[in-house]
Amino acid sequence: MDKKQIELIKKEANLIRKDIVEEVFCASSGHPGGALSIADILAYLYFHEMRIDPKNPQWEDRDRFVLSKGHTCPALYATLAERGFFDTSLLKTFRQADSILQGHPDMKHIPGVDMSAGSLGLGISTACGMALSAKVQNKDYRVYSIIGDGESEEGQVWEAAMFAARYKLDNLTLFLDFNGLQIDGPIEEIIDPAPFDKKFEAFKWNVITIDGHDIEQIDKAVQEAKKCKGKPTVIIAKTVKGKGVSFMENKVGWHGKAPNEDEYKQAIADLSANEN
Amino acid sequence: MADKIATRQAYGEALAALGEKYTNFVVLDADLAEATKTILFKKKFPERHFDCGIAEGNMMSVAAGIASTGVIPFASTFAIFASGRAYDQVRNSIAYPHLNVKIGATHASISVGEDGATHQSNEDFALMRAIPGMTVICPADGTATYACVEAALKVNGPVYMRFGRFAVPYIYDASTLKFEVGKGIVLSEGKDVSIFANGLMVHMAIQAKEVLKSEGIDAEVIDIHTIKPLDEQLIVSSARKTGAVVTAEEHSIIGGLGGAVCETLASTCPVPVMRVGVEDKFGKSGKVPVLLEEYGLTVENIVAKAKAAVAMKK
Repeated sequence: MDKKQIELIKKEANLIRKDIVEEVFCASSGHPGGALSIADILAYLYFHEMRIDPKNPQWEDRDRFVLSKGHTCPALYATLAERGFFDTSLLKTFRQADSILQGHPDMKHIPGVDMSAGSLGLGISTACGMALSAKVQNKDYRVYSIIGDGESEEGQVWEAAMFAARYKLDNLTLFLDFNGLQIDGPIEEIIDPAPFDKKFEAFKWNVITIDGHDIEQIDKAVQEAKKCKGKPTVIIAKTVKGKGVSFMENKVGWHGKAPNEDEYKQAIADLSANEN
Repeated sequence: MADKIATRQAYGEALAALGEKYTNFVVLDADLAEATKTILFKKKFPERHFDCGIAEGNMMSVAAGIASTGVIPFASTFAIFASGRAYDQVRNSIAYPHLNVKIGATHASISVGEDGATHQSNEDFALMRAIPGMTVICPADGTATYACVEAALKVNGPVYMRFGRFAVPYIYDASTLKFEVGKGIVLSEGKDVSIFANGLMVHMAIQAKEVLKSEGIDAEVIDIHTIKPLDEQLIVSSARKTGAVVTAEEHSIIGGLGGAVCETLASTCPVPVMRVGVEDKFGKSGKVPVLLEEYGLTVENIVAKAKAAVAMKK
């Protein structure tokens, strides 16, 4: 991909980050940290890679995306809105009683959401189901999913990992958002799920490790995954929780907390500085 | 045709038979294909059968993913794992988005027999019917099982189908059975007491009617194969007519058919209701007839409860 495309995706990622801050601020609730860490991956997928049509969200042959770490849906909603699946004005209604934008992804009511998610560990399995179904139906759509590093402590992630390898789901590309923090602290202090690369290799996956904020690296990894036949690919994306907002970066306290008005203004100022 | 068949066997046979007529479904199993009898489908349609290994939670979420793409999955395992171990996956992956997954839950409750308490799901109706939008069916015999599987294919949404390990007598004739999801089947009319039964308790209810008849009590016997959505209209009209009710199910007396009938009648037609079922206990190992006796899942208990219900009438 050329420099112009990279710049465009970076611009979208920054827009998504501003939307995330806006959503969580308006809701006075939500999960900004892990949403900010996946903004670049989502911008790349939705503004460059995935075969989708915002005007036809139920298109049978579309590529699918499952946000297994469903609590970081402010990032997904922002992406879908910026991509044209629904109006960006809806983002301000996130988590409100009269809004379609539920606290965790709801496929029944939100255009562009391919799978409901929230209970950790379930989304990766549903992505496996979609990928298997493509094989059954001889369809060439691809399935993308993002799990969290903390989420990988759920046993079901590894049930799904076995399943995907057994059924050679090479149409499945999984991102592991390796930001190193979970609610109660650094992942290695809680239950220490690493090393991820060796674990997934042992589970017979194609493993690629990248900087999850580097668009060129994301692109290279995704294109490599598409070429890998006979096994699923996991892209271990090293990221910064709270990326882009100075006082949120690498701070465990920003997992599930909304900014106050001063913090909101500071966050928007931080992100606006990236626009020049 | 044999005079008895386990509904799990009938389930496997139904899948294999329906696989030709309906090409839009696949079958998942969790290392129990020989036991759940999905092996019969696998032999005929190996490319449409996927063993998920001993990982029931993953299987249920995989099923949700498949259903989201327009293909219908039947996900099969023992009832204890389908409803218990995989509850979160059934609730959140399948039912919350109302996906078109059919759960074939075999080896339900006490009639598992020798495997004992850890494998005897006496709570699955309660768990499944508490989930919004879930259809819950427990057919009484082999004929109804076939009809249930085909009917489930036509339901747009999740269906929990519960089958047994133990052979039960045929009650229905395929040529005359009218099986409709959510509609009870009146097996015989009566005026003194209504017996609402499902699963393997239906044939016992039919026998109980004969015993009651010899004692001057005219019982109405109704197969409530669908616990959800419950045929409230039929239940209320029967209860209004007879003024006394017995429920009979191979399940805890808490939260299953008995619970559902009580909830319905309490707000519409309060009449005495006696519940036959497992009385808030875990199961245990043993021969099935011995266990059914010990847990009160018998013709005699239905008769005794029917008399008690009649005696409570004002």
